Amino acid sequence: MLYKTITKENFRRMIEGLMEDNDVFGPKWRDRDKNGDKVYRFLKLNDFDELQMDYTRTYSSPKNFFIPFKETLSTYDLAETEWDQQIRYTVHPRVIVGMRACDINALRKLDEVMVKSAFPNPYYFARRRNTVIIGLDHEPLEDCFCRSVNADVVFKGFDLFLTDIGAKYFVAIGSDTGYRIVDRFGGEEVSEADQDAFKSMKKRIESKFKTQVDVTIVPELMDLEFESEVWERWGDKCMSCGSCAMVCPTCYCYGVEEDVDLSFTHAAKQRFLYSCNLIDFAMVAGDHNFRPEPHIRLKYRYYHQFRGFVEAFNQSLCVGCNRCGVACLAGISPKAVIDDLNETEQR
Amino acid sequence: MKYLGIELPKPKVAVFGFTGCEGCQLQLANNEQNLKDLFELVEVVDFRLISSDKLGGYDIAFVEGSITTDSDVEALKAIRAQAKLLVATGACACLGGVNNLRERFPLPDAVAEVYGEHKIESGQVRRVADVVPADIELPGCPISKLEFEWLVRQLVMGVEPQFPRYPVCVECKQRINTCVMDMGILCLGPITRAGCNAVCPRNRAGCWGCRGPSEEANYESLVEILREHGFSEAHIAERVSFFNAFSGNQVLPVLE
Repeated sequence: MLYKTITKENFRRMIEGLMEDNDVFGPKWRDRDKNGDKVYRFLKLNDFDELQMDYTRTYSSPKNFFIPFKETLSTYDLAETEWDQQIRYTVHPRVIVGMRACDINALRKLDEVMVKSAFPNPYYFARRRNTVIIGLDHEPLEDCFCRSVNADVVFKGFDLFLTDIGAKYFVAIGSDTGYRIVDRFGGEEVSEADQDAFKSMKKRIESKFKTQVDVTIVPELMDLEFESEVWERWGDKCMSCGSCAMVCPTCYCYGVEEDVDLSFTHAAKQRFLYSCNLIDFAMVAGDHNFRPEPHIRLKYRYYHQFRGFVEAFNQSLCVGCNRCGVACLAGISPKAVIDDLNETEQR
Repeated sequence: MKYLGIELPKPKVAVFGFTGCEGCQLQLANNEQNLKDLFELVEVVDFRLISSDKLGGYDIAFVEGSITTDSDVEALKAIRAQAKLLVATGACACLGGVNNLRERFPLPDAVAEVYGEHKIESGQVRRVADVVPADIELPGCPISKLEFEWLVRQLVMGVEPQFPRYPVCVECKQRINTCVMDMGILCLGPITRAGCNAVCPRNRAGCWGCRGPSEEANYESLVEILREHGFSEAHIAERVSFFNAFSGNQVLPVLE
């Protein structure tokens, strides 16, 4: 990995420069919650000053830039007995600034499924290829548990990754594009002092983790204690509302729907993100439902995150951002559920 | 109208309104740019709001409003006898709707409050399905014209319409809204049927449940959460009873 530094002044020039030819997105704040805290969201920047480099966490993950909640896979012009199909993969070049290590690791996990699998997803790939990612380190929040699932540091999957070392950013360069961007906007060689500042910042970050989730034997525990009472305990609270999966940076389950317009001359095939928590996720023809109970559906979401994906890719799907825990009105979080599973079943 | 060379049936359609604000009927007449296409798909034979013609003989009846008088009951039964397919249209027809607020008061008091000395015929507020079977319930206050157009497409294609079974939260999160509950606003989104694209939470109003309960809604869990969030019993009861969407759940006391 190559490293450079960039002054905050040059960073500003860099973002403003990128905004000239690309859509640039970054954390902005729109709302305040009832405690007066800012609620952040990745939105298009119209001005550098909208960019909140001191943001905490976005309520929803940046997943939707790569897997939109609803996307058109193909459109059709219908004629008397035949049709003409159109498929478009084109994506306007864009930059996302401020993605956390966990969110970039989430993309790398999605890459395993969407790019490296036997059936790559060209829509995802087009978005991934045409997006420059500028990551940003941060001190963990109270409930961040990315460290427990090895998602707190990232070495791949970005173009640039910034660590704030005071008057400058320490910049890890992850791609050729990243190198050219830093080079163009006044990137400097790393000095001895910069290295020291970087190391002490990394130590500081490391010392700030408060939340741990012990996932050591969770995959096995989920198999051995398949019928655990833990699931019913949390399932009773679950409203099967799918909020967890929607805000999650890695939940990618989906449905496909076709519809025709009112004139019956145009049609479209659309893909939309779904959630295994929703009542009809496992419903099939004849109204048979393979997972009619909320606690069974809740269990399967945890299975996919902490067991199924581990079996397939030797890593959990969860990146420890706790967005699901924040979004869940019923207070269901990976920390709470997995602690309960460990305590109940690991005696 | 042909779909890929296959002739589609052109059903005759009638629209009837009972007790309600006629907002749903108005929605049927909205989205004017699509009316030409719509009239290619269905033949409107009886729809007082847009025409005084009564051409009679219909296949599909869209019934708006709740049923409150004996004459309503008779009229509805006659519609049911004639229609091959009856669609309860909007919150009043599907749930009783806002009209149901009147059930909180003794009927004579309610009538006197509004009409004074004037005598009117009025009775218990009923859903369409309380009086005759409804084949389809098209939810919402008011209904969405786009959903209505979708429903018409399903019907002429002979496809059983599948409304979302899951709650509003899905669509709300898909619009990346900040959760209004986090902003201190009471919301019934987690237990209300989706399909509205979360229009109320999007506009910081919280959900009022106009589309009725989502399938197997966890009513008890939400009420508990609302209490934990500090909403008063009266506030919660007022909200869950507003459209009469959750009358099957008895967790909260009946309002005075």
